[in-house]
Amino acid sequence: MADSTYPIPGPLETTRPRRWSQAAVLEWLNSWVTTVDHKKLGILYMVYSIFFLLVGGAEAIAIRIQLFRPDMHFVSPQVYNRLFTMHGTTMVFLVGMTYIFGFANYLIPLMIGARDMAFPRLNALSFWLTFFGGILLYYSFIGGNGLYGAGNAPDTMWWAYSPLTERAFSPGHSPDYWALSLIVTGFGTIGASINVIATALCMRCKGMTLMRLPLLVWLNVVTSFLALLTITPLTAAQVMLLIDRYLGGHFFDTQAGGSAVIWAHFFWIFGHPEVYVLVLPAFAIANEVIPVFSRKAIFGYPAMAAASVGIAFVSLGVWAHHMFTIGMTSVGNAFFVLSTMLVGIPTGIKIFNWVATMWGGKIRFATPMLFCTAFVVQFLLAGLTGIMLSVAPWDWQLHNSYFVIAHFHYVLVGAIVFCIFGGIYYWYPKVTGRMLSETLGKWHFWLFVIGFHVTFDFMHIPGILGMPRSIYTYPADRGWTGWNEIVSIGGVIQAIAVLIFAVNLVRSYFKGKIAGNDPWDAWTLEWATPSPPPVYNFATDPVVTSRRPLWDLKHPEDPDWKYE
Amino acid sequence: MSTAAISQPAAEQDWVQPSKGRVAMFCLIIAESAIFTIFVVAYVYNIGKSLYGPTPQQVLEVPIFNSIILLSSSLTIWLAERYIEHGKVKLFGLWWALTFILGAGFLVGTGIEWHKLIYHDGLTISTNLFGTTFYSLVGLHASHVIIGLCALLIVLLFTITGHVKEKHAERIQVLALYWHFVDAVWIVVFTVVYIIGR
Repeated sequence: MADSTYPIPGPLETTRPRRWSQAAVLEWLNSWVTTVDHKKLGILYMVYSIFFLLVGGAEAIAIRIQLFRPDMHFVSPQVYNRLFTMHGTTMVFLVGMTYIFGFANYLIPLMIGARDMAFPRLNALSFWLTFFGGILLYYSFIGGNGLYGAGNAPDTMWWAYSPLTERAFSPGHSPDYWALSLIVTGFGTIGASINVIATALCMRCKGMTLMRLPLLVWLNVVTSFLALLTITPLTAAQVMLLIDRYLGGHFFDTQAGGSAVIWAHFFWIFGHPEVYVLVLPAFAIANEVIPVFSRKAIFGYPAMAAASVGIAFVSLGVWAHHMFTIGMTSVGNAFFVLSTMLVGIPTGIKIFNWVATMWGGKIRFATPMLFCTAFVVQFLLAGLTGIMLSVAPWDWQLHNSYFVIAHFHYVLVGAIVFCIFGGIYYWYPKVTGRMLSETLGKWHFWLFVIGFHVTFDFMHIPGILGMPRSIYTYPADRGWTGWNEIVSIGGVIQAIAVLIFAVNLVRSYFKGKIAGNDPWDAWTLEWATPSPPPVYNFATDPVVTSRRPLWDLKHPEDPDWKYE
Repeated sequence: MSTAAISQPAAEQDWVQPSKGRVAMFCLIIAESAIFTIFVVAYVYNIGKSLYGPTPQQVLEVPIFNSIILLSSSLTIWLAERYIEHGKVKLFGLWWALTFILGAGFLVGTGIEWHKLIYHDGLTISTNLFGTTFYSLVGLHASHVIIGLCALLIVLLFTITGHVKEKHAERIQVLALYWHFVDAVWIVVFTVVYIIGR
């Protein structure tokens, strides 16, 4: 579209045609394993994330088959426990926590006009820690007599409540694999977060003031600060758990005066801000996609940045709304009800701003925009059920029912996964130099949006009818059967959509339309580089004078900085 | 990139950004503070909850000398920082070595305290809830002292072999930030364990 309206030097080295000899393969492998380049590490994070999205998705499908009919025996109860534990742990820690740094690594240096992240080697270390943490988690299926005995994969749910994880009740190694692998990935997350903050604060190109940072960068900085405060309490609690299990400690041992409830507190001090750690980078993607496809600058830039900080701040004080049924004083209940409702205000500001950005815009419904539009609607609905659940008496009724499952999947899938897909469709041309197929993309979107609503809209109903989460099966006379059948069918539709996406990713890599530098006519600096960008990113250090540097380049007669 | 965007005089001003080393160290300190917070909360929450002895009142002695040693190492490292800033490498090395000795002395003091607790008072990490929380919290701090000492030692070796120059002042100050943090945490641990909990 606009690739030739301004001069861009091409890559300095021309790529030689590859011959697939053994030496070439080893060299290729070596270049990926030893890389400290932010773009390659970003791609590694994304490939890792998508791979585990498929694995976690397969686990979800197995769960849905088991729940399809009453009294099913598709898997054994023991395997079922491992499936839902691993599904949750995988999706949160191996998919959610890695897509963040996939996008952040690839895009932040490009968006702020830097050569690389602030600490490239720390960046590589962080990725490989995360990588081996994930391997360790999945090794649990075969490690420690796993294959021969009943298996060692974690089976205590993703929150691993005490005292179930104490030696007396979990004699094998399943909580150990859970704790150790997440401590390792946690260290990776801390390293990556430090890197993101240092990069965004210290590596900006000339003129890129904090109020000109693309919102994606802003939100990732907020996310990283939140991650620093969030992952560490989990690490601390997991160290305590291991002390209990291996050194005979009594932190969560009620028979020696310890407390099982304090585990729940520690876990949710991690667990609730974690949700915002996952969702803020999704907002970040929407903040970039929605303006470009509405052909308008983002509405309320300072309000967006401030609302992100507000969400992060408030989210640190809401954790016990996961614990209404454990029992608290009425003051405690009131505090956590109100603080939880408070999150609705900055979140509402964001939704208002996205809608206002679209309002009166010349909207192009390309695939990235489709996903982000669906995201806005679905995230609003998810927020509304969240407000319902924040009311303690309502939560007493519905806690740990499928209503809660439906609510948080509405956030995790309806908001986060939709934004991830939107982001991939948006930046894939930059990363590979080729467009993803729009036809397959539309199929992917419509099947996924239908599958999503069939699954998660109807999942609320068995919850209201009293179906608890994490149950192996259910008798036929409860009135849940039909709803569960619908939900499972929706799951299969989503799976088909994701497979189309996977096909699209691979096929377009070889056969996609050549993208050019700036296929979407966008405004942030990454689109000023060739696609894919050369190793050094920018031949000369860019200088920016507004929030939309490429707009200024393309429209010298009407530059943005006049209005900022 | 094209240079066409340079049209506003504001872009010609000096472009100053914070030091990435300091930012990163502050971030690490934030993360570490969260870890310590959880262990401190676990300690405070469990004060007096042990169902059987020994209790802190029976076995703990206030390590005043040890605390003075550790806290004074913050002063010596501060002096070392000032000297490297002005390029006085010899004096820097002297104060840096003294910092290392003070830190190591603290660790020895902790070792003596633990030896007495384990062999004389029979308190281990698995004896009771007090033992679990005490050794975890004090041990978490001690492990940070050990990491800090390793870093101090590396810089000391580089100083002795003549590799440390004035231009390394900022990196050394970043490392010193960590040491100040370790000292500051001790004030919290000391207050919680030896004053509130005893």
